[in-house]
Amino acid sequence: MASIGIRSVRKAYQKNAVVHGVDLDIASGEFIVILGPSGCGKSTLLRMIAGLEEISAGEISIDGVVVNNIEPRERGCAMVFQNYALYPHMSVADNIGYALKVAGVPKEERRRRVEATAKIVALESFLDRRPMALSGGQRQRVAMARAIVREPKVFLFDEPLSNLDAKLRVAMRAEIRRLHRRLGATSIFVTHDQVEAMTLGDRLVVMNAGRVEQVGAPAEVYNRPASRFVASFVGSPAMNLMEGTIDRHGVFVYDEERRVAVPDAVENRLVGHKVTLGVRAEAARLVEAGTSGSLPATVDFVEELGAGRVVHTDLDGLSFAVAVTEPVALLPGTAVGIAIDPADIHLFSSETGLRIDAAPAGAQVEPPLVP
Amino acid sequence: MEKRATFSSTTIGLVFVAPMLLLIFVFFYWPSGQALYWAFTLEQPWGGGNQWVGLQNFQQLLSDPVYWNSITRSLVFGVASTAIAMGVALVLALFTDRELRFHRAYRSIFVWPYAIAAPALGLAFRFILAPEAGLLSVLNSIWPNIWNPALDGKDAMIAIVIAFSWKYIGYNFIFFLSALASIPRSLIEAAAMDGAGPARRVVDIQLPLLTPTLFFLLVINITESFQDSFGIVDIMTQGGPARATELMVYKIYFDGFKGLDYSGAAAQSIILMGLVVLLTIVQFRFIERRVHYK
Repeated sequence: MASIGIRSVRKAYQKNAVVHGVDLDIASGEFIVILGPSGCGKSTLLRMIAGLEEISAGEISIDGVVVNNIEPRERGCAMVFQNYALYPHMSVADNIGYALKVAGVPKEERRRRVEATAKIVALESFLDRRPMALSGGQRQRVAMARAIVREPKVFLFDEPLSNLDAKLRVAMRAEIRRLHRRLGATSIFVTHDQVEAMTLGDRLVVMNAGRVEQVGAPAEVYNRPASRFVASFVGSPAMNLMEGTIDRHGVFVYDEERRVAVPDAVENRLVGHKVTLGVRAEAARLVEAGTSGSLPATVDFVEELGAGRVVHTDLDGLSFAVAVTEPVALLPGTAVGIAIDPADIHLFSSETGLRIDAAPAGAQVEPPLVP
Repeated sequence: MEKRATFSSTTIGLVFVAPMLLLIFVFFYWPSGQALYWAFTLEQPWGGGNQWVGLQNFQQLLSDPVYWNSITRSLVFGVASTAIAMGVALVLALFTDRELRFHRAYRSIFVWPYAIAAPALGLAFRFILAPEAGLLSVLNSIWPNIWNPALDGKDAMIAIVIAFSWKYIGYNFIFFLSALASIPRSLIEAAAMDGAGPARRVVDIQLPLLTPTLFFLLVINITESFQDSFGIVDIMTQGGPARATELMVYKIYFDGFKGLDYSGAAAQSIILMGLVVLLTIVQFRFIERRVHYK
């Protein structure tokens, strides 16, 4: 177990900067998920912590020791790679025990520890096999075992579940969670899958274009996205975003027939400003067309999810999703109204993309269980 | 329906294969057949009919210590030049693996030595290794006469090994480099995370994963060392001094075209061919089995 400190860390390849100054403190034993679209620098950040990439500027410390110039093998981190990176010419047992062999652990003790670790990930009966003879899920578990056996201070996961099929992914997610509870080692998990991120992390770090957009508990990131990017990236379906202005009555104006009342606390200082209004599909409601205060829309199509359904509507060219729980029979083209409660509104500055806060914390919306 | 001229697949296949078959027949099977025929007959130096002698040509050769000498020289040459050509190439490739910019350009540059005809190469090395003016003449100015391929058999052997290895180092290097590049980078990184230093990674990860390439190059290098060495020997040493560099392939030429012993030379070429085939079979049989782990 170890705490990790990241101080204005930058990474540039020649002139091409990919990470622009990241600051992050990770407590001992914490499970941190770094979430972001591909190319946002999340893997690069992880690899800098591992020691596989040089740090261009700033510093990374593990347990208070600056590790910038320390070799990967001396940092006490274990890493699970996206493609597992199993040694194809070694048996499962040799794969798991390789780190111990390199460290010069005596053969007998090595065998004992490999077997104990294999038991944790339910691989005891596969120890003699080659990785080629294993299924995707089993290979994944070998990769985990290889990390566990070293009893590292820090676990690093580089999108380890992205090569698995949907069902296995859910199972492995639970397994990783259980493992973390059991071993208690500080873990950093990189993913572009927001469901993975929400379900695994004690805290999320949302990254975009080499910068950290928000750090917080999953519910906090979901309920109070710090920027337009976070709002659109976290949550499924994505948050509905509308560009508009606040008029002098403190009402958000999208167009002539579509206006939304915003919370009193913010309206005054925003009069005349361009803002982005965000509403989660779960927070918007479908009402009869023409209901006063509702936004006129037409139904585009309905997505059936089993437990619920998402009605995709069209606001004169802007698509807007509304999640409903009860079954609906809406034909494409049907005119409907969309009602929005001021408490469910998120406002972002159109200029900076940053969140504009009303009163402290509005109504809480529970994150959905289905992706 | 569209009208098409159709041929039976057998006919069209044969038509396509015919030019290649013709080439192989003219330049391989026909000469091989002739050599086989001559090996069992006594060919007159100035023509005038052959006389069937059965295995006498072979018996004569195998009881000749000079011939055994050339077999030994060939083996020494083959093992030494293969070891050097592959060893140096492997070390170079390991050092340059992924660290090299413009490696695509190097790929074509390094293959050029392979395209140089052996006699041209031999001539170049004859100058480079000349005892009175070449690179190693420095040694002679410190310790007189320590290096002289024209007089010392060992030096001559070293000289042709160097020349031959030089030609194949680039060739091997390219194969090693692309084989190394095809090892997933994450494997090396995983080993680094597992605590293995660079040398340990080479031994535990890279070399085992290179075995198919190692094996392929071993076959190529050994085989070529028996055949491609002729030009180098002919230009650099003519088999001398005192037969110290008389490799099997050179002795065939010398006995046949200088000594006009066509039948003896034919028998030698049959033995050489048999030896190369045998070596290849041995390599495929016993080494290849340990190679494929996938």
